[in-house]
Amino acid sequence: MRKSPMKKDKNRNNIMAKDPILAKHNKTEKLIKSKNIKDQLFYLFGFLILVAASFILFALISDLFIRGASRLNFDFLTHFPSRKPEAAGILSAWVGSLAVMLVTSSVSLVLGVMTGIYLEEYAPKNIFTFLIELAIVNMAGIPSITFGLMALGIFVYQFNFGQSILTAGLTLGLLVLPIIIVTTREALKSIPNHLREAAYSLGASKYQIVRDHLLPYSSGGILTGMILALSRAVGETAPLITIGALTFIAFLPTPPIQSTPPFVSFEWLWDGFTVLPIQMFNWVSRPQEEFHINAAATGAILLMLTLILNAGAIWLRYKFRKRYHW
Amino acid sequence: MANGNSSIISGYDEKRLAHVKRRESWVAFILFLASLSTLLTVFSIIVILVTESLPFFKTVSIIDFLTQKEWTPLFDQAQYGILPLISGTLTTTWVAMLIALPSGIIIAAYLSEFIRPSLREIIKPLLEIFAAIPTVVYGYFALLFVTPVLQKFFPELPGFNMFSAGIVMGFMIIPYVSSLVEDAMRSVSKEVREASFALGASKLETTFKVVLPAASSGIIAALILSISRALGETMIVAIAAGMQPQIAFSPFQAAQTLTAFIVQVSLGDAPHGSIGYQSIYVAGLTLFCMTLILNLIGFYFRKQAQSK
Amino acid sequence: MGLLVNEPNAVKAIKADVKNFNFYYGQKQAVKDVNFSVYQNKVTALIGPSGCGKSTLLRSLNRIHDLYKGFKTEGEVILHPEQINILDKSIDPTFVRMRVGMVFQKPNPFPKSIYENVVYGLKIRGLKKRALLEQKCEESLKAAGLWDEVKDRLDQLATGLSGGQQQRLCIARALAVEPDLLLLDEPTSALDPISTSVIEDLVIELKNKVTILIVTHNLQQAARCSDFTAFMYLGELIEFGETNKLFTKPQNVKTENYITGRFG
Repeated sequence: MRKSPMKKDKNRNNIMAKDPILAKHNKTEKLIKSKNIKDQLFYLFGFLILVAASFILFALISDLFIRGASRLNFDFLTHFPSRKPEAAGILSAWVGSLAVMLVTSSVSLVLGVMTGIYLEEYAPKNIFTFLIELAIVNMAGIPSITFGLMALGIFVYQFNFGQSILTAGLTLGLLVLPIIIVTTREALKSIPNHLREAAYSLGASKYQIVRDHLLPYSSGGILTGMILALSRAVGETAPLITIGALTFIAFLPTPPIQSTPPFVSFEWLWDGFTVLPIQMFNWVSRPQEEFHINAAATGAILLMLTLILNAGAIWLRYKFRKRYHW
Repeated sequence: MANGNSSIISGYDEKRLAHVKRRESWVAFILFLASLSTLLTVFSIIVILVTESLPFFKTVSIIDFLTQKEWTPLFDQAQYGILPLISGTLTTTWVAMLIALPSGIIIAAYLSEFIRPSLREIIKPLLEIFAAIPTVVYGYFALLFVTPVLQKFFPELPGFNMFSAGIVMGFMIIPYVSSLVEDAMRSVSKEVREASFALGASKLETTFKVVLPAASSGIIAALILSISRALGETMIVAIAAGMQPQIAFSPFQAAQTLTAFIVQVSLGDAPHGSIGYQSIYVAGLTLFCMTLILNLIGFYFRKQAQSK
Repeated sequence: MGLLVNEPNAVKAIKADVKNFNFYYGQKQAVKDVNFSVYQNKVTALIGPSGCGKSTLLRSLNRIHDLYKGFKTEGEVILHPEQINILDKSIDPTFVRMRVGMVFQKPNPFPKSIYENVVYGLKIRGLKKRALLEQKCEESLKAAGLWDEVKDRLDQLATGLSGGQQQRLCIARALAVEPDLLLLDEPTSALDPISTSVIEDLVIELKNKVTILIVTHNLQQAARCSDFTAFMYLGELIEFGETNKLFTKPQNVKTENYITGRFG
């Protein structure tokens, strides 16, 4: 279609040159043509930028996997760090990450969901609510390392929690709190008001509505937020370095289940720890090439972990979008 | 109507009603307390940064702090001029913005005006992967991938340099910029676009001459908020930009940022109350003030963009 | 203005009295000085052109407005025989809603199973015995004329039912808690004609069990299934009386104009 006016038709061009109206029309046609080409060019340009971005992403991921390939095996997961790079592993790091995430998710889930519910369903319009909202917006913009400084001053030295899993979990929990609050609020907002009215009209109280309706219907959204928050927290390094997380740990936290009564122990909360990103940072900072291989392998694992968490969040969002049609 | 359990069913049970009412007020109170955690966090951050920095300014005068050109708080001959750290922070930031802002705006324009919404739903999560990658992995990438590649073209580039760190940081920030700009572009009303198309403007002209200027508040917000994010970025610069505090405005050399300094001191031994301990709070406070001001301005512009 | 009232000829038990009812949205008065009685085990219809305040009045009886801000009510709605004023701010809205049920314009079942929908009102009143809940569920679904259609799939999602079935489920849900007064807010406005006639038959049948106040924009519906009718216009109650009298011999010229289709 577009090609037809482009045809070099001498006859036609001659006629056009003579007739002023047709000449103007011809000029317009040329202008449109050039505009169309520019539009197409930009379309191509945007596409190329996306291709380039994907290429960079791909380069990053493959670099990690290729360089770290020799260390990506079971032994790497079951060994403690060591002075000898080829004998070193990430056992204490992944166990530490797991323990810290456990604390982080409980803290941020409880506080975040409660705050989300409060702001969306309970909060009166007053100065206090305004301040809380302002705090949440600002929290999301505060550099993460500042949370580490706060935790060092308060959790480590004021509360004497030490440089422990508990301190780390609390710090990251507060750091990702805004993510959970925002997703909780969005999930609650998407529940249509007529369902609240239906429950109220039957005599339900606000708490019963939250418990029986709002929480179940928003659980998908909250879960998505939780996973995104964890994916952020698992890669956070700076605040944990600031609170004084150790970079070389050759022991595991106290097991939560003991052979003697009372069988369950929370001693591990007070133990020192390291996490995957700190272990990786430690190895990247070494001058020796061999440690860089370990760093690449750790990075590959860390990257897989965040990608899986993000994919999970996208999948959940999609699944829950389909589940409820009000 | 009247039957055996009508009293329960119609809710006449005063005791039960009173119990429900009591529980209601307890729940509301507990939820309120939980939401105070956010306020308390921000408050604690400000208080702790200020109180832990104050002793520092008893030994160092504010004028020296702001004007001296050397930062060596851990040396015997200690110097306490913050300028080197600020120069490092600003240099990595502008390199990052040089990458992130144009690409972010072009991607936003492309996503919001040029492609089908169904395709956009696929591309956006892909872009978000950029923001989801841990910063320590980006630091690795800057030090062990970008710098060696750049050294092939510029052999004199040092192993630690702010250029690689800034470039990689820019990539990390692209999705943040593009989503802020895209939001602003989408809030430009359909009528504005239609008016432009009705005059015979092409898609490209409409996008860049009409929609983007109309979304200028959103773009300013994106610029400011992403600068704030770049200022506070830690791991990339701590790994790849080097650890020497020096006044440096060329990105092709090594220098330390405020955040990298905090990391350096935290890795070593800085006992509670020592000058080293105080100095990381001073660096933190400086950073916090810079980002807070930018955030507040950014939020203002974002509100403006949304209310249009 | 003169309020014309067709006095009912026989003395009947009164379930609720609306006395000097005024309603304000901010500064704007939506309902002006309305007085009428709702008779026990009868169907009372509220009719009038849209925006006349009939839905506002109905929602006030369930204190639904309490969920939102920026409104004010004046006057009383006395619920008999206890003689409590359900508009009184000192009375807990939950208490009112436990006695006054409501069905909304758009069917709004919870995205839960059919069974869970019907027994929800009972559960929040503290009833836990499974056998009793199941018995009540069956009774209510039968009363709402839905039992035969859903008895084999009580555990399926209620949102999978058709619009008409959903609305009958909402009626069953409201009936399960045996309300003193059942409010229906244009219950058929979102439904097809067949579902509408099923619900109209249901309303006539249900008045043996419960007193019904129904808002409708459909005059035929009011004529077919109500015993008393109140005509409202611009926030005022123009005429109230027995349905057959109001429709055959309206006392007010506005009522006559409305029911003969000259406006509205």
